[in-house]
Amino acid sequence: MSTPTWKNPIVQWVDHRLPIVTFLDHAIVKYPTPRNLNYWWNFGSLAGLILVIMIGTGIILAMSYTPHTSMAFDSVERIMRDVNYGWLIRYLHMNGGSMFFIAVYIHIFRGMYYGSYKEPRELLWIIGIFIFFAMMSTAFLGYVLPWGQMSFWGATVITNLFSIIPFFGESIVQWLWGGFSIDNPTLNKFYSLHYLMPFVIFALVFVHLWALHTHKSSNPLGIEVKGDEDEIPFHPYYTAKDAYGVGLFLIFFLGFTFFAPNFFGEPDNYIEANPLVTPTHIVPEWYFLPFYAILRAVPDNFVDVWGILPVIISAKAAGVIAMFASILLLLVLPWLDTSKVRSAKFRPTYFWLFWLFVIDTIILGFMGAKPAEGTFLLIGRLATAYYFLHLVIFIPLVGKFEKTKPLPESISAAVTAGGSDAKEGS
Amino acid sequence: MFKKILIVAFVFALFSSINAGPLQAAEGAAHPASQEWTTDGLFGFFDRKQLKRGWQVYSEICASCHSVRLVYYRHLEEIGFSPDEVKKIAAEAEVAAGPNEDGETHNDGELIVRPGKPFDKIVSPYPNDLAARAANAGALPPDLSLMTKARKNGANYLHALLTGYKEAPADFKLTEDMNYNPYFPGSQIAMGEPLSDDGVEYADGTKATVDQMSKDITAFLVWAAEPELEERKRMGVKVMLFLIIFTAMLYAVKRQVWAKLH
Amino acid sequence: MADTASTAEGTANGSSDDSHDDTKRDFLLYSTIAVGAAGTVMAAWPFIDIMNPSKDVLALASTELDISSVEEGQSITAIWRGKPIFVRRRTAKEIETAQATELKDLPDPEADKDRVKKSQWLVMIGVCTHLGCIPLGQKSGDTKGEFGGWFCPCHGSHYDTSGRIRKGPAPKNLPIPPYKFIDDTNILIG
Repeated sequence: MSTPTWKNPIVQWVDHRLPIVTFLDHAIVKYPTPRNLNYWWNFGSLAGLILVIMIGTGIILAMSYTPHTSMAFDSVERIMRDVNYGWLIRYLHMNGGSMFFIAVYIHIFRGMYYGSYKEPRELLWIIGIFIFFAMMSTAFLGYVLPWGQMSFWGATVITNLFSIIPFFGESIVQWLWGGFSIDNPTLNKFYSLHYLMPFVIFALVFVHLWALHTHKSSNPLGIEVKGDEDEIPFHPYYTAKDAYGVGLFLIFFLGFTFFAPNFFGEPDNYIEANPLVTPTHIVPEWYFLPFYAILRAVPDNFVDVWGILPVIISAKAAGVIAMFASILLLLVLPWLDTSKVRSAKFRPTYFWLFWLFVIDTIILGFMGAKPAEGTFLLIGRLATAYYFLHLVIFIPLVGKFEKTKPLPESISAAVTAGGSDAKEGS
Repeated sequence: MFKKILIVAFVFALFSSINAGPLQAAEGAAHPASQEWTTDGLFGFFDRKQLKRGWQVYSEICASCHSVRLVYYRHLEEIGFSPDEVKKIAAEAEVAAGPNEDGETHNDGELIVRPGKPFDKIVSPYPNDLAARAANAGALPPDLSLMTKARKNGANYLHALLTGYKEAPADFKLTEDMNYNPYFPGSQIAMGEPLSDDGVEYADGTKATVDQMSKDITAFLVWAAEPELEERKRMGVKVMLFLIIFTAMLYAVKRQVWAKLH
Repeated sequence: MADTASTAEGTANGSSDDSHDDTKRDFLLYSTIAVGAAGTVMAAWPFIDIMNPSKDVLALASTELDISSVEEGQSITAIWRGKPIFVRRRTAKEIETAQATELKDLPDPEADKDRVKKSQWLVMIGVCTHLGCIPLGQKSGDTKGEFGGWFCPCHGSHYDTSGRIRKGPAPKNLPIPPYKFIDDTNILIG
């Protein structure tokens, strides 16, 4: 790697000792990027931006928040009422959480549609799923802090999931609580961890980017970059495109923040936590709903019917295992998918399967918000079954039997030949 | 084309699913009719005359049972009371004076009190929840400071509830000491009908009908729950205008940068 | 960021555009950067202002004090903005001593009449100007120092009946807070 000579003597002096300018030049300026990335590729950097916004607003909020059961709710309301612009920062943080999940869900589905997780980007995908997991725990921990009814009861329900662990369950739950129910020690602990987790995510994002920059971005055609004519430097092309995406995103994000700040929230969380009264419907935040539906979908008698070690795994355990499995399965998706072709553009059957899977997760989301009874429960069960069928059966089989469309010769050939790809790229 | 439709359907479905949670929370209760509120919409604002009337309804009627414990007397300046008026309002209340020079908080068992000051919280009718229950046949009158945010469709719900008292239908089994109100979950509520025509005498001459008072108290409670609402929406409009222009510029830059490529 | 960006743009892309396009593009680019920078600066303000004193803190920034029960020769201590306020109803003798003191005898020359609004009432912030201890002299049993006012036990600063430094390491007189008499028996500090 030759060191470029920088015209500015100060830059040159620094770069000679700490090649940070060269590093940035390679990573975000000259960084060769496929020329045909479409707008779905904006959501990765967008998620990174939201992470920064969340950390920024979070640190500021921590300056005025009190993690004590008797003061937490009131301290949040003091932020909303008396602290200068406290309402703005708090609503940014609240809605930023939802925006983070919207961006990351689109990012994940994009990876699925275009087969971005395939060789040699398996580890990139796996690190991404770790980030998703870390985000979910951060969001869960953070939701407890305002100490509203949903905070309290959501925390109670989720921490109780760990009681299914054989032999040690009870002790683990008590360890999580630091007591015999969700109480002040729990709140203190969650506050500390909620402050820690974003930095764990930040580190994971760094590793994610490292892996990305090793094999570079995938692209909508899913074919390898063949030569220089397939690539363009990240700057100014994708910096300009990302900046435009950020503008659109901010309109969406701040639209909610200023005009419907509680759209994604639950009214019950504006009632202070009361350990003696459970809200009629405990509903998690929207981004957990599909997984919540899977948790509740497993029938009580499931274990007996299948006779799988009923002593160790109770029915409740089966639901919890299903929920964790639904996420953990994504880790092995690169190996479940046997197709050599990446992009759904050239996989007519997978194209349909993909959209069915998207619709399935949305149905799961709906069912997660409904009481687990009657028709809702039945639909929830069917959707859960399909979720696993898709990942475990359909994806491996389709890869084997699907007749894929012919792949274009190269990215530049496809772009110059015109058609939808060129349009998406512009 | 087909793909575009799918995407639109996806986004639409996503947002409906987000809304699906809160929507079904109102089960077992009549759907409240939508009223017009000045705080609605992009340009929502507070009608300060109405808020003052709402404060009058609160302090003369609701305050005998319900607290607004997150609101301070000094906040009343924001709805149009002068600092001197706020001082007078605050001074009518008695707050615990705290320990005196000898460290006593009570004198012969009586709490030592001082007149309220603007920096005090609006004094609650009961010292704690147990006292509140004891005074209300076991029912707890909830704190009202966040009421419109803590209920789905809060403002319309409150207005519907306050104007919705009726005779119970013949087939409805009403528990003793309860009142029939179809807008309350379960259709029976411990609170008796709080408002009656001319229950208060408005200083500004507005006719104090039940409907008018319900609207005024609801508007006041919307303010109590979201005192930042007006500032938030005003700032929001400016921010949106800025972002639309800025994003258009970013789009133009993007077009120019990419134009070279084709 | 914009700096590195524009440098590298020059190095990476060479100059394939003609100069007319360049000017047009530069204008759009720079005005967009300017608008973005302005937006960023405006967006930064809430993040800075949030650390300023909040409304509930400001509401306590002024303290009303009822002084009707203070007898001549007595002092009371109130708290204002987290600091002790010394209010002393001085005796005729104390006033006389304070007024008679020559300015040249003072390390921090200040006439007594400039330190009081009504000569009977001395209102000061009771924090020693040396290193921030609270001087003695408020209670009747306290040592009042060599000049009959206040005495700081930390490093031995003596203040007179006007709260002026007379002896010891403290460099300044005890400061006077902003205050006014609302009526004869109430003062508003702050």
